[in-house]
Amino acid sequence: MKRIDYLANPTRFMRLAAVLTPWMGWATVLLAAVGLYLAFFVAPPDYQQGESVRIMYVHVPTSWMALFCYVSMAVAAATGLIWKHPVADLVAKCTAPVGAAFCFLALLTGSLWGKPMWGTYWVWDARLTSMLILLFLYLGYIALVNAFDDPARGAKASSILVLVGVVNVPIIKFSVDWWNTLHQPASVIKMGGPSIHPTMLWPLLLMALAFTTYYVWVLMVRVRGEIIANKIRVLRLKQVHG
Amino acid sequence: MMGVFGAIVRRDLRLALRQGMDSVMVVMFFVIAVVLFSFGVGPEPNVLARIAAGVIWVSALLASMLSLERLFQIDYEDGSLELLALAPVPLEVAVVAKVTAHWLTTGLPLILAAPLLAVLLRMDGEGFGILIAVLLIGTPTLSLIGAVGAGLILGSRRGGVLLSLLILPLYIPVLIFGVGAVDAAIGGFPFKAHLLILGAFLAGSAALCPWAAAAAVRQAIE
Repeated sequence: MKRIDYLANPTRFMRLAAVLTPWMGWATVLLAAVGLYLAFFVAPPDYQQGESVRIMYVHVPTSWMALFCYVSMAVAAATGLIWKHPVADLVAKCTAPVGAAFCFLALLTGSLWGKPMWGTYWVWDARLTSMLILLFLYLGYIALVNAFDDPARGAKASSILVLVGVVNVPIIKFSVDWWNTLHQPASVIKMGGPSIHPTMLWPLLLMALAFTTYYVWVLMVRVRGEIIANKIRVLRLKQVHG
Repeated sequence: MMGVFGAIVRRDLRLALRQGMDSVMVVMFFVIAVVLFSFGVGPEPNVLARIAAGVIWVSALLASMLSLERLFQIDYEDGSLELLALAPVPLEVAVVAKVTAHWLTTGLPLILAAPLLAVLLRMDGEGFGILIAVLLIGTPTLSLIGAVGAGLILGSRRGGVLLSLLILPLYIPVLIFGVGAVDAAIGGFPFKAHLLILGAFLAGSAALCPWAAAAAVRQAIE
């Protein structure tokens, strides 16, 4: 609780972000370099899928990140609504485009992977469809947050929307599963440990970590940008009035 | 509390009746949309019968969404929404009352028109009863979910288009099970599970949506 209050002050947040930004940037570069090296040169090609299995090292982490960003957005939105936390509102707002981009990348890499594997760019399979709906939820959020002249109104309305969405995501997922299914079942997170070989698991985890640090990095840059933009607006208003 | 609830429902119904053609327009949109589908896919009876349930559901969903924009908008513009918020009952009750009135003026006419359209699309006779049953359970859910979106867009630029972007993804589960029940009934499969799940959606949205919609309205008139 105390920690949340601590970051509610934009100046304190700016200090933390200034320290964190370069670290996260370099961590992203390093993790992505090692992860991509392992993915391209060390991990074996799949006995069935051949070289195209390497798409997985981008596809799976982006899908995870798309979900992770939505959950972060919901947590930030709830924090902003409950404690009227100004930085949390900005975090939610700045997470949305990043999450939408991850979601889009997951769909794009998935369809590029689907072409050689399933023989088609798109199938109306349950997982693909729920990712597509998640992308729509992101786009709806982005549209709502920018639809008001008063940014505070946009932040509040879109926070309510994201909380409604987060209740709905499992329901949509379940409905779509009922509707159709073709995608392979989860093979990393399940009972009895991962069923994937370590030479493939390591690059996957490193790439997931790289995308997570990338998200934090971009988030810091964006939130700092928003705070500075707010300051400039206030200063301009003062100039006009003073 | 029930007195206030009834008063708001009666007021909205009276407004809908006197101000004009809202319900008629919604039904006309519904009919035209369904007819357009038959032009789109051709007059082949087999094809039309196969897609009838889906077409009717999608059109009903769009028709009920079209009228949602006006659910709070007019009251918001003339200030009566603020008076409702100041009323001695929780805003949630007022929201449920307005949603009830909205469903009575738009959802119910759609259900009355649906069998006629099912005949036009040559839907199998087995599905008629179940189509009406799922529309009866499903359209109140649509109105309830839609109320949240209608509250959120108050005072925004580009309200209507925005509303569809916010609400349509949330309608997908209702659509899936609504169409699934009719298709199961026509195919001779058990459809009770679909009905129960639609009932669960209705119960869940009746419990949660008024709360979210009231929060949305409250932040709009703050």
